[in-house]
Amino acid sequence: MAHFLFFLLAIVCIASVLGMIISKNQAYNALFLVLAFACMGGFFALLDAPFIAVVQIIIYAGAIMILFIFVIMMINLREGLPPERKKWTLYFALGIAVVLFVELILTMKSAFSSLKSGGIEKIGSPTDIGRLLFTEYLYPFEITSILIIAALVGAIVLVKKRDKE
Amino acid sequence: MSETIIILIKVVCALVWFLLITLYLTWVERKESAVIQDRIGANRASILGIRIIGLFQPFADAIKMIFKEDFTPRFSRRFLHNLAPFISFFFVAITISAIPFGDVLRIGGQEIKLQVMDINVGLLFVLAMLSLGIYGIILSGWSSNNRYALIGGMRGAAQLISYEVALGLSLIGLIMVYPSLNLSTIVHYQGELLFGWLPKWGVFLQPLGLLIFFFAALAETKRIPFDLPEGENEIVGFFTEYSGLKWGLFMMTDFMEVLIVSTLLTTLFFGGWQVPWLAADGFHFPWGSEWLLPHGIVVIFQVAAFNIKVFFFCWLQILIRWTYPRFRYDQVMDLGWKLLIPLSLANIVATAILLSI
Repeated sequence: MAHFLFFLLAIVCIASVLGMIISKNQAYNALFLVLAFACMGGFFALLDAPFIAVVQIIIYAGAIMILFIFVIMMINLREGLPPERKKWTLYFALGIAVVLFVELILTMKSAFSSLKSGGIEKIGSPTDIGRLLFTEYLYPFEITSILIIAALVGAIVLVKKRDKE
Repeated sequence: MSETIIILIKVVCALVWFLLITLYLTWVERKESAVIQDRIGANRASILGIRIIGLFQPFADAIKMIFKEDFTPRFSRRFLHNLAPFISFFFVAITISAIPFGDVLRIGGQEIKLQVMDINVGLLFVLAMLSLGIYGIILSGWSSNNRYALIGGMRGAAQLISYEVALGLSLIGLIMVYPSLNLSTIVHYQGELLFGWLPKWGVFLQPLGLLIFFFAALAETKRIPFDLPEGENEIVGFFTEYSGLKWGLFMMTDFMEVLIVSTLLTTLFFGGWQVPWLAADGFHFPWGSEWLLPHGIVVIFQVAAFNIKVFFFCWLQILIRWTYPRFRYDQVMDLGWKLLIPLSLANIVATAILLSI
């Protein structure tokens, strides 16, 4: 059952990511991405980490993507770049893709070797994550929150119209 | 094998309970509004001349809806247009699986939890599913390719996103008091007593949290006074372009949300299936007397208590829906962002201070 679910989720996930890249319509792109995020949540649930699974769905598939889709559907974006600018973006994207691919293989190698050494326990219970966040990773946690607040304030400053005198 | 059968029975029972009550909520709404407006209300539906105050009305409505023409406008984005009502319906219907209807039932040496899925993050699961339900609204508004539907969908999404923040924050105080995200554990904690006589229900420990949760949940159901996304009287709604059974699914979703909000209020703030002073072996009253009951009767008491509380909140929500006028859009946003969210943050701080004393 678990294997069946894994492969089902994997197929849907990869297909939706491909759909996201191929589709020309921005709204459909965003919707495919939502499907991919939901599948990621399913993977975490299969890995016995229900908290991470649910948080993945609430934050990525829920909050963030809804805002994205909201904006995309409100403003009609034009379809893609003009052809004269397409050429160098292709080479640029190819270069980045190669770098990312190498990086992915390297991380997979290290991840698999660490998997062999220790068995998988139940991971990511809310208590564990909370304790880690507020003890060991306190500074990164606080710095991240400051970053988010800075982004929020920045967004408000950019959006707010200046008073005309 | 018997495990699978038990799970199947539980799933079927929960769904049947959910859909049946939802159907009857439509009838209750019509009757209650009729009483409020000094009318008689739906009382004509009959089977073979037998009409028990119109109790067959929901089935007549359902049959009518199924046989209506299902019209899809030519200019709509067809696939998403067809998909949207099912997304709305599914993500509300699935939340019932995390709600505990009662404690364990023991039959023939087997312990059956009266809950479809006992997930240890049940509370977050419910919130996640409710937040995914927004996609149904956004997609229906956008895929209809109609300006009024789009406006309705956008209003709906904006309102639901705003109130989801308050909804989530109002529950943090509750999680601090009952240190768990598991809905059945939260209900078990509420069986304890405060000062030896007061049941430890959320309403006594988190009164402010209850108020914020109730307002935010009312906004999540998208009914009057928060019905900007639907706008029943001027038809600027996200389901303007729907007809037949698909429109019916949206309407059912509305009533299902009312029911889910009631079950959540009951489970989180009013002790779920707990009856005051009822333990697993019978009543233990605070004045010392006892009334011991067999196991089956206790389970019946618990399920009945859950149902009565849920029905009470359904009634209350319908009463509110037929009593108050609609908010203006800026009033809705002000209430959400400037009142409920600061209050819920204050509630978290106050709870933390009280807990640390």
